[in-house]
Amino acid sequence: MDETVAEFFKRTILKIPMTEMMTILKAWDFLSEKQLQNVNFRQRKESLVQDLVLLCEKKRASVHDAALLDIVCEDIDLFDMEQFKSSFKKILQRALKNVMVSFRDAEENAVWIRIAWGTQYRKPNQYKPVYVVYYSQTPYAFTSSCPLRSNIPLLGQALTVASNHHKIVKMDLRSRYLDSLKAIVFKQYNQTFETYNSTTPLQEKSLELDIHMDSRIIHENRIEKERVQRVTQETFGDYSQPRLEFAQYKLETKFKSDFNGDILAERKEPLRCLIKFSSPHLLEALKSLAPAGIADAPLSPLLTCIPNKGMNYFKIKDK
Amino acid sequence: MSVLRPLDKQPGLNTATILLVGTEDALLQQLADAMLKEDCASELKIHLARSLPLPSDVNRPRIDLIMFVVNLHSKYSLQNVEESLRHVDATFFLGKVGFLAMGAGQESHCSIHRNTVTKLANTYRSPLFFCDLEREGFRATVAQRLVRMLQICAGHVPGVSALNLLSLLRSSENPAPEDL
Repeated sequence: MDETVAEFFKRTILKIPMTEMMTILKAWDFLSEKQLQNVNFRQRKESLVQDLVLLCEKKRASVHDAALLDIVCEDIDLFDMEQFKSSFKKILQRALKNVMVSFRDAEENAVWIRIAWGTQYRKPNQYKPVYVVYYSQTPYAFTSSCPLRSNIPLLGQALTVASNHHKIVKMDLRSRYLDSLKAIVFKQYNQTFETYNSTTPLQEKSLELDIHMDSRIIHENRIEKERVQRVTQETFGDYSQPRLEFAQYKLETKFKSDFNGDILAERKEPLRCLIKFSSPHLLEALKSLAPAGIADAPLSPLLTCIPNKGMNYFKIKDK
Repeated sequence: MSVLRPLDKQPGLNTATILLVGTEDALLQQLADAMLKEDCASELKIHLARSLPLPSDVNRPRIDLIMFVVNLHSKYSLQNVEESLRHVDATFFLGKVGFLAMGAGQESHCSIHRNTVTKLANTYRSPLFFCDLEREGFRATVAQRLVRMLQICAGHVPGVSALNLLSLLRSSENPAPEDL
């Protein structure tokens, strides 16, 4: 068997939790009952996997068979919550002597994890815990800010290994509202839940304008106003925006100038500055900027890309 | 380039028209509503514009008073007003133009200094009012003043002209530059 195919088999079988192993292999229906009976399922997982891969090799399994096994794994819900929890706890406890980990199962295949950190000589500090919410059906976890920054890589590692992923990436997205973070990350923010009747929304809109308009008040820039409304609606939609409190832009740029001998343009060091927007509800505030006349429409894409890109912390450098 | 002139049209019967120019659309709307609530013998018409020049294809009545509204929290609104001023004929500035500065109450949010708008108003020899339009009480007060001023500018108050009013408003606190 090709080395790459063998490796594919090994990794696919490794992903299967021990509790599901028999079920999956039977559903796959490639190795016969007799062959499976001869395998020792009580040994350590690594050895079991080796035995199974050998069996597959003997039976001349192809990459297509491996793909089928992969499909069977996806089909059957593979995530073993108990295994995740014990693995996560073990990894942290192995690295740090004094750490307390608590779990609470929540709705939608989510588990809340509370971690109280200690050091080698001190008991865990119960007043500065870190909370993590992991949604097992998704590759996302949400954490509260960690007061001891040195523990963050360890936390990441524990999450990665326990959930059977290869690596963890920190998203530049922060907010105090978990529901809003979920809406952005799971791309659920642009759903309107009312049944959409194509005639009613338009009627409501024109009514709104009429109520405010006494016939003695004339808007000279009505066309422009309508354009701004339209552009705003195209950018932000009709739904309520997810709730963020900040958007931060770290700029590192150089001055460009047409004049020769401009002192600022001659600087070798790039100019660094930080721009921070804060609001109780940032996205709604941005949405109201153009209609309120405070900014031109369309807004800068740096502002409007926030929910789309799932970022509210940006680093902008000169290319 | 279309320029607003004060006397290029016939006046409407018993009609007084004010043009409010400013970027803060929602607040201008509220100010307009407040003005219409005032008891007034004249028929009021209120035009709201974001900036000048106005769209030229519209049939509009003669404008008796222009108020430029500046938000002291926004350099953008000042810039907008400065550019719009270029589209107003010089003869308008004989008492038919005024400036309204809002947001002075929140000093920490002001990105434009009060003196900047004061100088602007002095340059154009026009009165300057300060009002936080967000507060209903203040808004009602300034609406009252604007309605009275508008009636005078439209010539509906016998014996008082826009120019009379202008010299009355120029108090000793804000003398004209040449008087200093």
